[in-house]
Amino acid sequence: MATNLKKTNVVVIGLGAAGGTAVLPLTRAGLDVVGLEAGDWLRPRDFAPDELRNNFRGWPQSVQKANSEVPTHRRNASAPYSPRPATHPMMNAVGGTTLHFFAQAWRLNPWDFKVASETTRRYGAARIPKGCTVEDWPFGFEELEPYYDKVDYEVGVSGKAGNLKGKIDPRGNIFEGPRSREYPMPPLRLTEFTEHMFGAAKKLGWAPFPGAALINSVPYGGRSACVYHGYCTRGGCHVSAKNGPHITTIPKAQETKRLTVVTRAHVTRIEIDEKTGRATGATYIKDGVEYFQPADAVLLASYTYENVRLLLMSKSKAFPNGLANNNGQVGRHYMTHNTSSRVFGLFPKNINNWYGTQGQGVALDNWADDNFDHGALDFIGGGSLFVYSDRRPIDAATMPTFGRPAWGSAWKAFVKENADRWNLATMQKTTLPYEDNVLDLDPTVKDRLGNPVIRITADWKDNDRKVSEFLREKMKQWFMEAGAIATENAPVGTQGPSTHAIGGTRMGDNKATNTVDRWGFAHEVPNLGVMGGSVMGTSGARNPTLTIQALSWRTAERLAQAWKSIAV
Amino acid sequence: MSTDDKNQPSNIARREMLKRVGAAGAVGAVAAIPATELARPAQAQSKPPASPQQPVREALETLTAAEADVLEAMVARIVPTDENGPGAAEARAAHYIDRALTGPLASSKPAYVSGLAALDAYAQSSKGAPFTKLAARDQDAVLTDLEKNVAKDFRPNAAAFFNMVRNHTMQGMFSDPYYGGNANFIGWDLIGYPGIRMVVSVEEQSMSKPPKVLRKSAYDEAMFSKRGEHHGH
Repeated sequence: MATNLKKTNVVVIGLGAAGGTAVLPLTRAGLDVVGLEAGDWLRPRDFAPDELRNNFRGWPQSVQKANSEVPTHRRNASAPYSPRPATHPMMNAVGGTTLHFFAQAWRLNPWDFKVASETTRRYGAARIPKGCTVEDWPFGFEELEPYYDKVDYEVGVSGKAGNLKGKIDPRGNIFEGPRSREYPMPPLRLTEFTEHMFGAAKKLGWAPFPGAALINSVPYGGRSACVYHGYCTRGGCHVSAKNGPHITTIPKAQETKRLTVVTRAHVTRIEIDEKTGRATGATYIKDGVEYFQPADAVLLASYTYENVRLLLMSKSKAFPNGLANNNGQVGRHYMTHNTSSRVFGLFPKNINNWYGTQGQGVALDNWADDNFDHGALDFIGGGSLFVYSDRRPIDAATMPTFGRPAWGSAWKAFVKENADRWNLATMQKTTLPYEDNVLDLDPTVKDRLGNPVIRITADWKDNDRKVSEFLREKMKQWFMEAGAIATENAPVGTQGPSTHAIGGTRMGDNKATNTVDRWGFAHEVPNLGVMGGSVMGTSGARNPTLTIQALSWRTAERLAQAWKSIAV
Repeated sequence: MSTDDKNQPSNIARREMLKRVGAAGAVGAVAAIPATELARPAQAQSKPPASPQQPVREALETLTAAEADVLEAMVARIVPTDENGPGAAEARAAHYIDRALTGPLASSKPAYVSGLAALDAYAQSSKGAPFTKLAARDQDAVLTDLEKNVAKDFRPNAAAFFNMVRNHTMQGMFSDPYYGGNANFIGWDLIGYPGIRMVVSVEEQSMSKPPKVLRKSAYDEAMFSKRGEHHGH
């Protein structure tokens, strides 16, 4: 029997990018908030530059609840299971995966909000692939801009504006939507190699710009600037220059005295009142003891897979197919970015890519979204290209061998010469939602509590593959212009577990095809909000975290402003 | 049984010698390298260690002596000692693996136990001698059969075993020396890693002037030590 705790105004499930951002507007509005986090607090001493521990062993020093919940995957309903990764793509901690993410801080472009209508307007409805379930967002870029702006300044983003209130500035991204003011910090510095790539893009007539990052390029918020030490990928920041909620919004919310952070809280169920159908709070297990945290409103912010899983596991008489799922939409409209299909460039001399961070790079949006004419092409969408400085020893030594052996004397001679002569570009592509790319509960595979894990049924479709092929050629062209002597493509792979899991509780006005309304509250359970990439209806062609934070801020602000109609 | 053969005195003596000289970079004398390799002058070209080495302490924490011998021989072919300098034997990749198999890689222990036995059996059946007794080129041929998955009687299969050992050998070569491999920074020197730095300047990210090589572990930094940020160092 669960121990009943004192009721609070809002219980937030998960204190990562989504929930950890929402607690600030909630507490500032005077609401009492309990944040339930499966992981623990980590401190700078936990963030050693240790590639083995951070990149290969999944942070063993920390609570990693998610590692017993790694989703299973199959390409389609009749395909066998794909090999299951040993660790979950995301981590559990106060701050969540922002502790070790790339920290690239992109806004979606205006097109991403209107993929369906813009494609139809410009090319005709027939260009939307068969089986694709894409809808326009319930609002446009301009609705989200003020919230992007809040996150830019409250959390801290470095970058260079390319569109300031409609005025285009070629020093930034000329394709971005109009922003209300400049970034609070200048961009992270480029390196000699990324400057060289910048110049090569210019020679091609493209419009390169320095990447934006949730990283301090100069001291900001009372914290240090980035020291570019090179262990940022899956490594926490020992000088607190990488701006996760654990060092920004959460401490600010704690200053209000209205936020209670509960760590090692493993939420198992969202409870409802069977008579009213309203959410009453969350049940969790901490150190083996079960508790019930009652609340006026519940905000679910536990990453796409866990958001969907908790809803589907929270079955009741009122919601026999899972909470907020009487319309059968939970788990639908699922997609990730096709980030596995990358291009390696091999250069004739060392490029000194050993230090830096994935946020420290040169970006290119010419081939993203609808920034180029698709009239003569047989796909919609595109992708962003990003070249950055980042290399660690095991990663360097296990570089692609461009057709040569992967061990022995020939391999050794090859890596001795080439370990610092390659670069791996990020290419994030438009991915569309389809009716048969879905998440549900695995019928047999369980977590350590005996609850089912998420089963992903998804694969790349023709449009996704065509975008990949197109982008590869562009990236190859860019590397070759910069003097590369060879390029190699990573395999396209399949749509398995990802750090960019999007959809599953989609946001939209249509109650039949969406789980949450335009504010992020469940159509079927008005005092249950959902936050994270799971509410996004399109993938965009860039890292989703900043958008997730902006959306979470907006949902939290809506809850505070409409408290009487939503929560009471 | 062929597995018993590996406990014969000559192998034990070889291992003892390896323990004494291996991590000290006592080049040329590394016994895990088959005799055919010893004739090569390559080792003499590698740099002597920067400082006198402490006595090498290596417990067999997980594998038996016989298993460890096969593993030593296998990793020494994955990253051989050759004209490009010392390899996995000197970097103590097998020691790294043995230690990890009791900890973070514990779930792989059954795969090592069965795979190393299967490797020796396959060497015997295909080349007529235990793996450790084969010349380097025959060892390479055997490992190529594993990599190409043509060797039989491995569970789940030979390629999976080979790839697992290769991946762990890379970890033992190139991870922080704290974990028992990458002895004397042999792995990092091989690939030209300029070392762990707490702050990296603009100049240290330039292509034209490569940064000075620093040789230290992350845990040489007091701020990351288990003993706390303020212990004397």
